[in-house]
Amino acid sequence: MSSTTLGMILFLTFVAATLGITFWASRQTKTAADYYAGGRSFSGVQNGLAIGGDYMSAASFLGIAGIIALSGYDGFLYSIGFLVAWLVALLLVAELMRNSGKFTMADVLAFRMSPRPVRTAAGVSTIVVSIFYLLAQMVGAGALVGLLLGITGDAGKAWTIVGVGALMIVYVVFGGMKGTTWVQIVKAVLLMGGAALVTVLVLANFGFNLSALLGQAATVSGPEANPQSFLSPGLKYGTEAQGLAGKIDLISLGLALVLGTAGLPHILIRFYTVPTAKDARKSVLWGIGIIGVFYLLTLVLGFGAAALVGAEAIAAGDAAGNTAAPMLAQQIGQEMFGAVGGTILLALIGAVAFATILAVVAGLTLASSSSFAHDLYAHVFRRGQASERQEVVVARISAFVIGAVAIGLGILAQGQNVAFLVALAFAVAASGNLPAILYSLFWKRFNTAGAVSAIYGGLVSALLLVIFSPVVSGSETALIKTADFAWFPLSNPGIISIPLGFLCGWIGTVLSKEYNAAKYAEIEVRSLTGVGMEKASKH
Amino acid sequence: MTTKEHDASVYEQVQESSEFQDLKRRFRRWTFPMTVAFLAWYLLYVVLSGWARGFMAIEVLGHINVGLILGLLQFVSTFLIAWAYSRHAERKFDPIADKLRHEVEEKAK
Repeated sequence: MSSTTLGMILFLTFVAATLGITFWASRQTKTAADYYAGGRSFSGVQNGLAIGGDYMSAASFLGIAGIIALSGYDGFLYSIGFLVAWLVALLLVAELMRNSGKFTMADVLAFRMSPRPVRTAAGVSTIVVSIFYLLAQMVGAGALVGLLLGITGDAGKAWTIVGVGALMIVYVVFGGMKGTTWVQIVKAVLLMGGAALVTVLVLANFGFNLSALLGQAATVSGPEANPQSFLSPGLKYGTEAQGLAGKIDLISLGLALVLGTAGLPHILIRFYTVPTAKDARKSVLWGIGIIGVFYLLTLVLGFGAAALVGAEAIAAGDAAGNTAAPMLAQQIGQEMFGAVGGTILLALIGAVAFATILAVVAGLTLASSSSFAHDLYAHVFRRGQASERQEVVVARISAFVIGAVAIGLGILAQGQNVAFLVALAFAVAASGNLPAILYSLFWKRFNTAGAVSAIYGGLVSALLLVIFSPVVSGSETALIKTADFAWFPLSNPGIISIPLGFLCGWIGTVLSKEYNAAKYAEIEVRSLTGVGMEKASKH
Repeated sequence: MTTKEHDASVYEQVQESSEFQDLKRRFRRWTFPMTVAFLAWYLLYVVLSGWARGFMAIEVLGHINVGLILGLLQFVSTFLIAWAYSRHAERKFDPIADKLRHEVEEKAK
C-alpha cells in the first residue's frame, strides 16, 4: 500500500469520526447558548485542549517546522511570540471576558457603550481578521494536499479546497460550537501524539543528544560559508543585508505576535464555552501547557528535518518548507523501521496535518458567522428584536455563506504567496481589537467614540500599511510583482499600527463627553466577581 | 439561561465597598506589573535576536548556544508565570470574588 492510500484511509477515518461527532452535537444544539458557546458545559481541560486545537494551525505545525528546517533558529522566534502571547490572554482577558460577555467579542465592548456603532465595528473587525486567517489556511490546504496526496494541477487543488470547505461548513452549520470544539479536541490529541512520536524517534536517532542533532542540522543545512549561523538568529528575519529596516521589521512582527492572540475573535469565543471564570483560567493554563510543549516539539522537528532530510531537498519539495515535517516523518520511519515504517509515518503525519487544517478553518468560520449573526444581524439590523431561533438560523446561513466565500477566494488565491495573511491577522487583532478590549475592561472613562476609533483606527492603519508595503508590491516575492507602490519599508505594520490603535482609542475617548458611571460600575463588578454571569445550560 | 437584571445601584454600591476595592487593587497590583515584566523580557529577547547576534551565537553546551537557551527560558518563564498566576488568583482573588458574588446574588433575590 502506498503512503497516499494509507494517508487517505487515516484521513477518511478522521472525517468519519468527526462527522459522527457533528451529528451527535447537532442533536444537542437547541438554544443560542448551545450553538454559540456549546452550552458553556465544557470542562477546563477539554477547553484547554480545544484552545490548543484552535491555535496550533497548519501554519504553526508545518510552517514553523519548515522555517526552522530552511532558515534554522529564526523559526523559533515565531514559536516564542505565539506562546508568550497567551500570558496576555491569561492575566488580562480570559476570566474577565468570561464573566462579562455572552457569545462574541463585541458583547464585552458593547456592554457600556452605544451598542450599534460598537457592534458594527467589532463585527467588521472580527470578519476581516477571520477571513484573512481563513484564506491563508485554505490556500495552504490546496498546496499541502498536492504535496501529500500527489494531487497535481490546479483542478485537483481547487477540488481539495472545495472538499475542505464543504467539511468545515458541515461541522459548523450542524455541530455549532459543541461539534467544532470536539473536532478541535480530537485534532489536538492527534497532532500532539503525531508530533511527539516523530520527535522521540528523531531524538532517539541522535541518542537523545540535542547538541549532536543541532550540529548535524547546521552541517547539512546551514549556509556553506558559515554553517554555525544556522543555529542563531538572522538568516531569515532582519538579515544583515536588509539593514536597520529588517531589524525593525523583526520587532514589529514580534509585537504583533505577542499582542495579537488576545484579540483574535476565534480564540476569545473559546472562553465562553466553560461554566465559570475559574474554568476559563484553567483552560488557558492547559492551553499554555499544550501549546508550549507543541512548540518545543516543532523545534526538534524543524532541526531534525534540517539534519536528516536537508534544506536543499525540502526546498525542492516546497519553497516555503511546508513539507519539512512530513518529509522528516518518512525519512525517520524509513531509517528506524524500513520502507514500510516510512510509508506509515508519512501517512500518519499527512492525515494529522489535514485534520489540523480542518479544525482551524472550522473555528474561524464559527467565529465569523457568530459575530455576523449575533452582532450585525441581531443587534445592528434588527436592533435586538430578533428571536433566539432567528439568530441561530442566521448564524447557520452565514456560516454557509462565509464558507462558500472562503472556498471561492481560496481557489482564486491559489498559487499566490498569502503566508503574510496570518501575520496580518495578528497585527489587525493587536492594533484594533486588543486596545478596545483592554480599555473596556480597565479604563473608567472609555466610551463609544473611543471603542469605535480604536477598532477602525487599528484595522485601517494595519491594512493601509500592508497595502503600501513590500509584501504587496515592488519586490520579488510580492503579491503584485509588476507594480511598485511600496513606500512603507516594513512587511509587518504592528510597530506603527498597534500604538496607533491605542492612541486612536484614547483620542476618541477624550474628544467625546459620553460616560456612563453606572454601566462602568456594572462591568467592573461583573468582570472581577462573576456576578450575573451567563450560566451553563442544562440538558 | 437568562441573566437576572439587577439595579445598577447594586453594582455601584459593591463597586464602592472596601472589599471590592481591595479585590480590584490586589488584581491590578499583581497582573499589571507582571504584564509589563514579561513583555519587557520578551522584547529584550527579540532585540537581542536582532542586534546581539554574536552574543546569541556563543556556544555554551556543545552546539547549544545562548540564543537557544534564552529562547527556552522564555518557555520556562511563561510556564512559571502562568502557574504562579493561577495559584495566586486561587488564594488571593477567588475567595473575595466568591464572597461578593454571593452577597449580590442574595440581595437580588
